[in-house]
Amino acid sequence: MGQDADSLDRSSALPHRLGDGNGKDPTASQGSDTIEVTIRDLCLFYGSKQALHHVDLDIGRNQVTAFIGPSGCGKSTLLRCLNRLNDLVDGVTVTGSIVIGGLEILDPSLDVTELRKRVGMVFQKPNPFPKTIYENIAYGPRILGIRNKARLDEIVERSLKGAALWDEVKDRLHESALALSGGQHQRVCIARTIAVEPEVVLMDEPCSALDPIATAKIEELIHELKQRYTIVIVTHNMQQAARVSDFTAFMYLGRLIEFGKTDKLFTTPEKQETEDYITGRFG
Amino acid sequence: MPLHTDRLYEEELQQLRAKILEMGGLVEKQIGDAMVSLVDRNSPLAREVIERDHTVNYLDVTVDETCTRLLALHQPAGRDLRLIMTSLKITTDLERIGDMAQNICERAIELNQEPPLKPYVDLPRMANWAQSMLRDSLDAFVREDTELALQVCQRDDFIDNLTAQLFSEMLSYMAQDPQSVGRATRILFLAKYLERIADHATNIGEMVIYMVKGKSIRHVSPPPTSV
Repeated sequence: MGQDADSLDRSSALPHRLGDGNGKDPTASQGSDTIEVTIRDLCLFYGSKQALHHVDLDIGRNQVTAFIGPSGCGKSTLLRCLNRLNDLVDGVTVTGSIVIGGLEILDPSLDVTELRKRVGMVFQKPNPFPKTIYENIAYGPRILGIRNKARLDEIVERSLKGAALWDEVKDRLHESALALSGGQHQRVCIARTIAVEPEVVLMDEPCSALDPIATAKIEELIHELKQRYTIVIVTHNMQQAARVSDFTAFMYLGRLIEFGKTDKLFTTPEKQETEDYITGRFG
Repeated sequence: MPLHTDRLYEEELQQLRAKILEMGGLVEKQIGDAMVSLVDRNSPLAREVIERDHTVNYLDVTVDETCTRLLALHQPAGRDLRLIMTSLKITTDLERIGDMAQNICERAIELNQEPPLKPYVDLPRMANWAQSMLRDSLDAFVREDTELALQVCQRDDFIDNLTAQLFSEMLSYMAQDPQSVGRATRILFLAKYLERIADHATNIGEMVIYMVKGKSIRHVSPPPTSV
C-alpha cells in the first residue's frame, strides 16, 4: 500500500522495455556483452520477391528466442540466415547485417564451414546419418581434426549426456542410430550439433514430427541447453514457444511485428496483429 | 476486433461474459431486495433473498468450470487469457457480494423483531452508492471501459467515510442506552457489509482495467488518476 501506480507497473521494471516491437536489445540493462546475435536492417529477396523486410533484432546470449508467425511469414528464412543456409538457394539476395559473436557473418569472404561449426542447426525432420550412434556424434569433431580415441569418447559421452540421451544408449553406442525412435533420433541430432561446441543452436520446428512425450523431453532439454548455448527456435506451436522461450519474436509477411519477453508477449502484447495471432483470430 | 477462427471457442468466451453478467444482475437484485427487506421490515422477503443465494453460488461454480475448461482445452493467450483470469476473480467477488446480501437479510430479520432504533437514512444511502459502484463496474466489464472502471475505484472513499460516521453515531446510542446495544451493533454490521460490497465492486473495477490494458492497479492506494 502507499505506492504509486508507476512503481507497480511491472513492465517498466524489466530489463527490456517490453514489447516495444523494434526487436532491439532484449537485455538492454545488462550491457552489450549479453547479446549474441545482432541483426540490423536485414532484407532478403528470393529473386525479385522480398521475403524479409528490414528486420532489426538482438538475440540474447544463453537465452531461448522463439520465432513465431503464420506459414510464409519468414521465420524459417530468418533462422536460416543465421548460418547462411539460404546461400544454398538459387537467386537469393541478402542485404543488411548479422553480427554473431562480434563477426559479420554476411561477409562474402567468411568461411561458411567455420560459421556452421559455431552456429549449429537442428532440423524439423530428424536426420541422423546411417551410421552408428557413436559415429553420428564423432563425425563433426573428426572433420575438425580430432583423432584421439579417448578424446572422441569423451566428446561422444558429453554430447549424449548434454542431449539427455546417454542413459538410453550408452550400452549400444555402436549400433545403428537409425534403429532408435523418432524422439531419440532428434536427440542424436542435437547431440551431433553440440558435439562441435557451437555458440548458437538453431532449431527449425524440432518437435513437429514427435509425439507429446518426446516433445516434452526435447523441451526440457532446451531448458538445459540454454545454460551453455544461445538457442533460436522456430515453431508453429505457440504453446511450445510460450513454454520454452525467454523471448519471442512475432513475424508477419516478412516483417518483425513485435519482439519481447515471452510472458509479456503472450499475456499483454502491444500490437494488434500479435494479439490476433496468439489468440487465434487470424485470417 | 476480428472473430476467432475457432467459432466454438468464440461462443464459449461469449457465454462466459454472459454468465458473469447474469450473475452480476442477480447479485444487484439481491442487494436491492435485501435493503427493501430491512427498510420496509419485510422478513419474508429477507428469507427469499437468503434462499436465492444458492443460485448465486451455483453461477459461481458454473463460471469456475467454464474457465477451467477454456484454460485446459484452448490454452488461451492475450486478451482471451485476461478475460478468463478476470472472470475467475470477478466471480469470487460477485459470490461474496451475494453473501453480503444474505448477511444483510439475516440482520434485517433480527432487527425487524425489535422496535426501530431510528429511521434508516445512512444505510440506504450507502447501499445506493455501493449498488451504483457495482453496476458501473459491470458496465465497465461489458463495455471494456477503463475510464468507468477507474471511476469506480475512486468512489470507494465515500462509503468508508459514511461507515466511520455511522460508527460514531451508534457509539453514542450505545453509551446513552444499553438497551440499544444489540440493534446498534447489528446496524454497524450492516454498514460493514455495505462497505465490503463497495470493496468488491472496486476489485471488479481493478480487474476490468487489467483485462483491457493488461495493467495491474491492485493494492495501489490511492488509486491512480489515469490508466
